Amino acid sequence: MVVDSFKFLPRSFRPLYEGRGPFPGEEQAVWTPFEKRLAQSRIALLTSAGLYVKGAQPSFDLEREQTHPEWGDPSWRAIPDSASASSLAVAHLHINDEDLVADPEVALPAHLLRKLASEGRIGGAVKEHVSVMGYQERTLSDWQRKTAPELVAHLREQDADGLILAPV
Amino acid sequence: MPVLARWIEAAGIPTVVVTMMPSVAEERLAPRIVGVEFPFGHPFGMPGDRVMQRRTLELALDVLAGAVTAGTRVDLDVEWPVPLREAYRSWQPTVPSPIVRRMLEARQAPQAD
Repeated sequence: MVVDSFKFLPRSFRPLYEGRGPFPGEEQAVWTPFEKRLAQSRIALLTSAGLYVKGAQPSFDLEREQTHPEWGDPSWRAIPDSASASSLAVAHLHINDEDLVADPEVALPAHLLRKLASEGRIGGAVKEHVSVMGYQERTLSDWQRKTAPELVAHLREQDADGLILAPV
Repeated sequence: MPVLARWIEAAGIPTVVVTMMPSVAEERLAPRIVGVEFPFGHPFGMPGDRVMQRRTLELALDVLAGAVTAGTRVDLDVEWPVPLREAYRSWQPTVPSPIVRRMLEARQAPQAD
């Protein structure tokens, strides 16, 4: 079975994504082997849903995106793996966030990952997963210069052996 | 997101991207890809459906740990249990995003000679 990548996308958006090839400067394969057994590995999750912890963290900057439609907030939030659905909020202007608010596990299955850890399927889950806003300006320069190195440092600090990224 | 995965992978942390647009992730040379035919906003499945979410997450773990070559793609054989027309409509925001609004306005603007 082959997934239709454009099944849910308005037809006029398809050329914005399809046939563009590699990102400039990213034309070579990259690879880090996964060397441990899953049962001995600590796993981290990353969502692009713009999730943040209500009250404890600032939202992503949606006001600037409203006035600068080609800009997206390049910052990130650390999401505790024990965060409850009701403690999380969504900052994302490109999707209907109703299902995400009701069940954040559709984008960041942190509780499910902990369950798999308790069953011994994986060694463990990191204490703090990662949330970003998927909509970014086209060159991704802030992500490349600042966000990506910060995320790598965070994941190392969390002893992550592997990362599951899920764009929304 | 596939590009962010590449930067993290290049720094020494293995990655897998779970995506509704696996062909785009392939074009961008993401190291490992799990394709899902789900509407946007739901990479792991239906809200409240722990069985579907678990199938997706377990496939992601298996591809993360088991793929042996860069560019490995495995698609999840799960059908979205909502009629297409309804699912297509319901993932979209009630108010168009700023960039979509700008595109719509540009389309409606009279063409200059």
